[in-house]
Amino acid sequence: MLDIVSKRYWCFLISALVIIPGVISLVLFGLPLSIDFTSGSLLEIAFEEGRRPQPGEVKELLGDYGLDEVSVQTSSDPVTGSEFLLIRTVPIDSQKKSEIEAAIEERFAPIIDELRFESIGARVSMETTRRALYAIGLASIAILLYICWAFRHVPNPVRFGTCATIATIHDVLVVVGVVAILGRLRGWEVDALFLTALLTVIGFSVHDTIVVFDRIRENMKRRAGEPIESIVNHSIIQTLDRSLNTELGVLFTLTALILFGGVTIHVFAFTLLIGIVSATYCSIFNASPLLVEWERRPERLLYALSFILPPVGIVVGLYSLLRGGSKVLAKGCLLAAGLGVATIVALFFLRRVIA
Amino acid sequence: MPRRNLVLLGGIIILAAVAIWVDLPTNPGIHIHLGPIQVDREVKVHQGLDLQGGMQVLLEADVPPDESVDRQAIANAKAIIEKRVDGLGVSEPLIQLQGTRRIIVELPGLKNPEEAIAAFGKTGLLEFIHAGNIYMPPGSLVQTTEEVATPSVEATPTATVEVTPTLTATIAITPTATVTPTATITATEPLGPTPTPERIFETIMTGRNLKSANLTVDDYNQTQIAFALDEEGTRIFADYTARNVGQVMCIVLDKEVVSCATVKDVISRGEVLLTREGGFTPAEAESIVIRLRYGALPIPLRVETHREVGPTLGEDSVRKSTLAGTIGLSMVVAFMLIYYRLPGLLADLALGIYAAVVFALFKLIPVVLTLAGIAGFILSVGMAVDANILIFERLKEELRAGKGLHQAVEQGFSRAWPSIRDSNFSTLITCVILFWLGSYFGASIVKGFALTLAIGVLVSMFTAIIVTRTFLRLVMHLGIVKTHWWFGV
Repeated sequence: MLDIVSKRYWCFLISALVIIPGVISLVLFGLPLSIDFTSGSLLEIAFEEGRRPQPGEVKELLGDYGLDEVSVQTSSDPVTGSEFLLIRTVPIDSQKKSEIEAAIEERFAPIIDELRFESIGARVSMETTRRALYAIGLASIAILLYICWAFRHVPNPVRFGTCATIATIHDVLVVVGVVAILGRLRGWEVDALFLTALLTVIGFSVHDTIVVFDRIRENMKRRAGEPIESIVNHSIIQTLDRSLNTELGVLFTLTALILFGGVTIHVFAFTLLIGIVSATYCSIFNASPLLVEWERRPERLLYALSFILPPVGIVVGLYSLLRGGSKVLAKGCLLAAGLGVATIVALFFLRRVIA
Repeated sequence: MPRRNLVLLGGIIILAAVAIWVDLPTNPGIHIHLGPIQVDREVKVHQGLDLQGGMQVLLEADVPPDESVDRQAIANAKAIIEKRVDGLGVSEPLIQLQGTRRIIVELPGLKNPEEAIAAFGKTGLLEFIHAGNIYMPPGSLVQTTEEVATPSVEATPTATVEVTPTLTATIAITPTATVTPTATITATEPLGPTPTPERIFETIMTGRNLKSANLTVDDYNQTQIAFALDEEGTRIFADYTARNVGQVMCIVLDKEVVSCATVKDVISRGEVLLTREGGFTPAEAESIVIRLRYGALPIPLRVETHREVGPTLGEDSVRKSTLAGTIGLSMVVAFMLIYYRLPGLLADLALGIYAAVVFALFKLIPVVLTLAGIAGFILSVGMAVDANILIFERLKEELRAGKGLHQAVEQGFSRAWPSIRDSNFSTLITCVILFWLGSYFGASIVKGFALTLAIGVLVSMFTAIIVTRTFLRLVMHLGIVKTHWWFGV
């Protein structure tokens, strides 16, 4: 029988290989936030084939209107041949927009269509950001509490809750990290729709993890006395068909959305796809093996936590030293915390060098 | 057991039939007239701005952030904007108060956004016009020499704007002349527009020259409106009244006559008293004062957020996401059939009912369909399939464990249920939070997604547990199914 639990470190490694570049990109370049969160205006206009002005020319023209911080992107529709310009500026009103459009038509070429115009003021964007953070925080806490409640009859319900939460954070990090990289490479943006995708991934991630945990809960009763490795592995294998088939069903619909769903929904569908693949992977290969790790080698989890959150490592390490606890544990925690701090410092140093 | 299943089957068929009837694009709407029960509802798909094109504007009271905004004032502003928007001829505009200082205006399918912004972004145009010897009843629409600032034409008087008078008249004004209107304003009665088409009236001056407007009460306890003019206005007014004693002058707001009066004397001190035989009711007078003071909006508003989607992008999105949905769903249906065979076929049937019911609910509630909403729906199909997959995998396990067909089916359902319940519940929690997030900043896109996903999850639990199970039980009773091959084992 397939033994996933004993190969768990390979599983963790694969996740790390995806998450670490994402986190590095996130720290170095930040998230490519859209005007929903930063305020500003966005104007998308269409030109006939071959008549679109160069971004540089447009930037120059906008400079005449006192708009200096401008980004201009181009795209095109291969079917109709229309070419598009996507202009981002500080917030402008519709009157100024009309002036700019008139100037573009006068100097370059007629605008055949205005696809969209958005202008978002600073106050609304700030509130949106605040609300978004609340929403993510609230969702995580609500789900954590719910899992603890759902698993209240199992020994160590908090363990299940924590592992499901770690799985969720894993998926969020994968999505945010990949989008940070793609934002850098392909100009993707984080907007209100992205937030929707992210929260959906959170929901799906928990959904997936619960199905496996549920089987573990059931098997713990039925196979009482068996070692935890075998219970967990059994549960993963038993739910494997279901996990993969459900994944396949969602993949079909999302792939169709990505391939045929049009520009507006492209990034949204892709974000969902990344998140849902990550959620399924994590529910099979990470979340449940973590339960085993917690049972067998809790100190390793503590080291990992110390690396990610150095203050935790320092507190635990010092406490253990002063109270005469395990010296090995204390050293490990402090070492991991030190490594964590060093990594953070190095990343921020690199960020300044780049800037 | 069979009897109960037949009853359930009947219920499912009726439900499916009703849902399909609601889904029909030619649905005439629901019209029930049974004595006291009077129901008239149109049943149709409500498309969001991103699908049909249009614009959304978030207006915010332009006052310092620490200053509170009068509830009544912002409600009045909303009422006025509603009327102006009516004048634009937009079908299904949506105007909502958000919190205490914001108004959301959504105008779907709008062709000319600049015009709309002008209609409610700017303050109204107040004019004093020279009417010669014509009396015009309040509410008449006129053309003037002043350039048209707002294209919106109000055809009804502002009687709907209810204001509780808080101003008690105290400012002592000694009028050098009293303008006594002979036309009676009956603002409580709806006045049809009296067309006075050919004539273009001369504008004497506009609201730019108005310094203040207040309510006063005269010695006979009659409510009057007093307004003061600035220097230029005083000069213009003195000139005009000197030349036109005995003529009629009208006060016009957004090309609608508020009041007409005969000039009786020269007004040279820049203070004008507007009275009427029988007096204004305090509410009426307050409403006029508000309009005089602020043009038309009782508080200054500023465009805080502005979104426009062109109709081509919207059409394109609808076409493409429909195509994507069809392809995605067909693949799911094919997969279920091939992989799970008989139960797969039944699940596909249940999925068909699921789609019909969800779409019917979208039309009935109604849910405004946005791109994100469609995505939420497509995703919920995935979740609906998941419930079936959970059950069938359990069923197969029970069969492999050597259980009989009947027992395996029952155990498959009862054992899969806790997983389905717990996992869907966490999705619902996320939906509630998304909904809360979306209803706050007017990002109807997030709200639409949360609502469609939540409806999808709830209906999917129903179809997986009730519909698929009933189908499976009935098929078992027919006795055709004898081997495990039918279950993909």
